[in-house]
Amino acid sequence: MSPAPEAATDGPLVGLFVTCLVDLFRPSVAFAAIKLLEAGGARVEVPRAQACCGQPAYNSGDRDDAVAIARQVIEAFEPFDYVVAPSGSCTGMLKVHYPRLLADDPRFAERAKTLAAKSYELTSFLVDVLGLSEVEASYEGTVTYHDSCSSLRELHIRDAPRRLLASVTGLTLIELPESEICCGFGGTFSVKYPDISGAILDVKLNNILDTEAGAVLAGDLGCLMQIAGGLSRERAKIEVRHVAEVLAGMTDMPAIAASLKSR
Amino acid sequence: MAEATISFKKAASEALADGELQRALQNVKTGFVAKRAAAKSRLPEFEALRAEARAIKDHTLTHLDLYLEAYESKIVESGGKVHFAPTAADARDIVLGLCHDYGAKLVAKGKSMVSEEIALNAHLQAAGIEVVETDLGEYIVQLKGEAPSHIIAPVIHLNKETVAADFRRAHKGRLTSRRLSDVQDLVAEARSVLREKFLVADVGITGANLLIAETGSSVIVTNEGNGDLTSTLPRTHIVIASIEKIVPTLEDACTILRLLCRSATGQDITTYTTFTTGLRHEGDPDGPTAYHVVLLDNGRSEMLGGTFQDMLRCIRCGACLNHCPVYGAIGGHAYGSVYPGPMGAVLTPALQGLDHVRDLPNASSLCGRCEEVCPMSIPLPSMLRAWRERDFTEGKRSRAERLALKAWAFAAKRPGLYHALAAVGVLLLTRLAGGRGRFTRLAFAKPWTRVRDLPAPEGRTFQQLYAKMQKDRK
Repeated sequence: MSPAPEAATDGPLVGLFVTCLVDLFRPSVAFAAIKLLEAGGARVEVPRAQACCGQPAYNSGDRDDAVAIARQVIEAFEPFDYVVAPSGSCTGMLKVHYPRLLADDPRFAERAKTLAAKSYELTSFLVDVLGLSEVEASYEGTVTYHDSCSSLRELHIRDAPRRLLASVTGLTLIELPESEICCGFGGTFSVKYPDISGAILDVKLNNILDTEAGAVLAGDLGCLMQIAGGLSRERAKIEVRHVAEVLAGMTDMPAIAASLKSR
Repeated sequence: MAEATISFKKAASEALADGELQRALQNVKTGFVAKRAAAKSRLPEFEALRAEARAIKDHTLTHLDLYLEAYESKIVESGGKVHFAPTAADARDIVLGLCHDYGAKLVAKGKSMVSEEIALNAHLQAAGIEVVETDLGEYIVQLKGEAPSHIIAPVIHLNKETVAADFRRAHKGRLTSRRLSDVQDLVAEARSVLREKFLVADVGITGANLLIAETGSSVIVTNEGNGDLTSTLPRTHIVIASIEKIVPTLEDACTILRLLCRSATGQDITTYTTFTTGLRHEGDPDGPTAYHVVLLDNGRSEMLGGTFQDMLRCIRCGACLNHCPVYGAIGGHAYGSVYPGPMGAVLTPALQGLDHVRDLPNASSLCGRCEEVCPMSIPLPSMLRAWRERDFTEGKRSRAERLALKAWAFAAKRPGLYHALAAVGVLLLTRLAGGRGRFTRLAFAKPWTRVRDLPAPEGRTFQQLYAKMQKDRK
């Protein structure tokens, strides 16, 4: 990667869609995303008129609220060249579901399509739009990578995070068996049907432990909260982090669900 | 909480705690999933076939009335009769009436999910008719008085040891010292028991994987050959199928069969693919002397032209069940419906109404693997969401859930308010966590902490930190 231009003045203008989980639980992920985007030559702004992509409403059948939130996001991100989110799930909502939700809305149908076309998940934006093939970061150890269902199946992202991870000095990626299987999070599903969600999680945890990797990474904080929560309950000594933290070389924060003293 | 919700959740929890079931469910991965993947990779034109098959079905559904009429006239031409059954009760009565007409005492049945859908066996048995399932899996669940737990593998929930014990109990007059330790032993014993039934059955009932309008044929795919015996040995053959099984031509049927077998069992083709067209003709060595087709609607024509029409493309391969993490965790019985898994969660409310099955479309992480493997590209996650919308609109979610969602949405639609509330919430949670990084228990997050810890927040929301950073820069 070329030396990071401190603040590019001619790069594309990216609106960062923080995602509600990152905003609440893991701000470091958004800072890592900003660092990576700026290093890749983009100018980054974070519109304040954003809260959530609306999935909790959308997936609970509350269409009216989902539509209202979608319109709000579309308006907030209209001034930007691109919208980037450190999440496959939220990007999928913007890119795949907003155009469906607003297909019959004369004021918003076209605008939803425009937003969809310029929305990207972080790692795929870095690779596919900014053309990065490596990052300047080091991480000593073995990691495994969990693909979120939405990244994999709604956005067809598999290569981008792996390619970037391969460039991290000292990092060895061990592929996760059955990586195409869900971790059992599923948003509100995780609390509506906790027993089933937990059983699906157990399969994922066993696969993670089988890799004997020192850390598990993913691009979605929902999956990461689920996986970290499960590993923590099992007292497993394995770090859980968002892939952006590792790619940005920002791993001095305690891992997800790790105690502050474990720093 | 509604009664149905309690019973689904209870059944699911029991399934999760059932060691034998959990052991049996492991077979889904090694059997179906791996074999399907291998079969698909051997067929470079799989995706092209998928598009073709989808187009065939979409076309047929758009002109369903015409193809049903064409099919009927072919059946009549070949000496058979078609009976249209608007409801499950109609179908049951038609079949019972036919059994009475032909003086049936014993009915041999091939595997048919439609017969499960209309609960045919109980109806015939109540009228004093003996019904014998001839598909090995169906025979076993019949012996046990259970329902099939998978649409193509009725006994996927059982292990061979359990089946051996059932056979010892049910098959009297055989040596108690006989070997029943291998699947082959079980198959051989079932075969010898069933062979006697085929020979004396008065009526044979089969389902149909496809009906062909061009030829008036019904098609079944089996690996045991029991379907052939069911349709050829008894004097009367009744085919029972739902209306969406129809395809226009023989060529179309072959296209779909190529996808069906690979998606279902990972076979390029099943051991038997049987086309039956009407009754015994002059010079035929065998075959029935009477041929009837009962075409079941049971809510399907109402799906035409609506949100759930795409579901009628389903060819019942079971791939969505095999690849569903929820089905893989709880098996088929917990769904409490004839059709389990993703396809069942979409189809069942369409056939029965949403009232007693509200959990089905909700109990999914929407991981999308079902749609990915569906040979007919049915948008199952979108349709699960569509049912959730109806469920929510009808106001049938619990009060607590609606209130939580509405309160959250109220804030989410007002980012300023949302950020303020988020900051307070995160501050409180952080204080509560006290540097431990996680909660093992949290009063208002019990459903979460019941099965995993809750990671604690970092201390401030991103929006707080970002606003401060912007301010410091200036």
